[in-house]
Amino acid sequence: MNFDEALAAFDPAMGLEVHVELNTATKMFCGCPTEFGAEPNTQTCPTCLGLPGSLPVVNGKGVESAIRIGLALNCSIAEWCRFARKNYFYPDMPKNFQTSQYDEPIAFDGFLDVELADGEVVRVEIERAHMEEDTGKSTHVGGSTGRIHGADYSLVDYNRAGIPLIEIVTRPILGTRERAPEVAKAYVAQLREILLGLGVSDVRMEQGSMRCDVNLSLAPKDSGLLGTRTETKNVNSLRSVERAVRFEISRHAEILSGGGSILQETRHFHEDTGITTSGREKSDAEDYRYFPEPDLVPIAPSREWVEQLRSELPEPPRVRRARLQEAWGFSDLEMRDTVGAGALGLVEETIAAGAAPQAARKWWLGELARRANEDGVEVSALPITPADVAGVQALVDAKTINDKLAREVFEGVLAGEGTPADVVAKRGLAMVSDDGALAEAVATAIAANPDVADKIREGKVAAAGALIGEVMKLMRGKADAARVRELILESLTSS
Amino acid sequence: MSASPTAITREQVRHLADLARIDLEDAELDHLAPQLSVILESVASISAIAADDIEPTSHALPLTNVFRDDVVVPSLSAEAALSGAPQVEEQRFAVPKILGEE
Repeated sequence: MNFDEALAAFDPAMGLEVHVELNTATKMFCGCPTEFGAEPNTQTCPTCLGLPGSLPVVNGKGVESAIRIGLALNCSIAEWCRFARKNYFYPDMPKNFQTSQYDEPIAFDGFLDVELADGEVVRVEIERAHMEEDTGKSTHVGGSTGRIHGADYSLVDYNRAGIPLIEIVTRPILGTRERAPEVAKAYVAQLREILLGLGVSDVRMEQGSMRCDVNLSLAPKDSGLLGTRTETKNVNSLRSVERAVRFEISRHAEILSGGGSILQETRHFHEDTGITTSGREKSDAEDYRYFPEPDLVPIAPSREWVEQLRSELPEPPRVRRARLQEAWGFSDLEMRDTVGAGALGLVEETIAAGAAPQAARKWWLGELARRANEDGVEVSALPITPADVAGVQALVDAKTINDKLAREVFEGVLAGEGTPADVVAKRGLAMVSDDGALAEAVATAIAANPDVADKIREGKVAAAGALIGEVMKLMRGKADAARVRELILESLTSS
Repeated sequence: MSASPTAITREQVRHLADLARIDLEDAELDHLAPQLSVILESVASISAIAADDIEPTSHALPLTNVFRDDVVVPSLSAEAALSGAPQVEEQRFAVPKILGEE
């Protein structure tokens, strides 16, 4: 059933669970490093391997980050809370339990005001943000390639086991109707922005340091009920969040309107096809028998500490955006494009380095966005600094180069040829500011195009464009077009 | 077994065994259920001692906020980490497929 038909008959309800790996130097309960991409099983110790006799000790920085995240999401911070053991037998956790928080999360009852593309704001309520640890990474080896008696088996790397995770859980998000997919995406995007601003995580969805599970259910339109939900796991890009919600709405609607019922289950999203498939069914295998972790003492953040952390929070992204937009005089569209291109901070730094706001925006969203797109990277990954961009604009403002030459300067800087000034010097890109040389080129151009010159003499000033082009060609582009125009008009109208 | 409040049934043992991925024979269930009941009864005797003026606790120590600095300490070598593994492949722990896994 298509999306519009689904919404004609049903109301969607969403719940989003986002797991964020903190960027602490060490794991949550031991001093092992947390570097991404290390050789397998080189970042483990008796504690994170669950060896007998080992004892966990809480990473204070992890708790601090958890509190800061809670505060940034307008949560209350628990005065006293504990870790719990979530017991399950699965090889991704060598301890046979995951140390997590259960009924005593460190942060709870918050909200995030999510701004959609058209400026509408949807408040998403946060039920809780709790601390836990990541699991090891299993690589499944299929039967056909299996070497243990031809059976299926898995290879496990425990480098990731024990890395601090914060799980952020929303309350059911209701009433968003056809905007549900968009709201889900915007929520995750804004959460990501907040976490980046806090500096608590790399929030790289493609590397798994931020992962989203999408709970979705449908109820008959206007019934006010909640239907049976499915949980779609590990949706690993912003675009996928939107697609997964959209797909599940259509899939549920198809089943429900055909008289069927939804199976409460875990589903997997497939990036390539955009569909979800059934994972393991929720069953008694999910009887986790939580109990308070006896090896760790409770956490009781003092109110002084919490207030201290609150006072040091960075400006919330929405407030920052509004402040910058006002200061820069950007239109809503210009601002959205800047944020959307991931260039807000870059533009801000470029302006701080002396460029005019519109000039900073023009380069980052024009020439540089084009280059980033060609190279398949984010603009922030280009080998050029905001100071370089401001430097190029300063050369334009000083009429050392024009916009066209500026593009060549960017090319040089990106190719590692040095600062903008270095590139101008090395490539000989400075414009000719000597009026004598320009006048000579103007005279040549007029002599070669007497008919155009006549038109200008008759008052058809618009015809000057052709002569300007001619002069620029003679000057190999190294001339200030405005000055050339002045010289042409002077020589044809004053005589 | 009497139906004392701490008695554990065969079915409960079977359920726990399933959760722990342990395959138990009927005879083993018959054998283990009373044994587990005895353990529970022993632990339950604490309730008889704990009066209302004793707060439930999960720790013997009156401590909170025991934190470690976020400072890296050397990890085990991969060789040491894997030394107890029955099967190793590609510097990883090779484990059998788990029931119900994809």
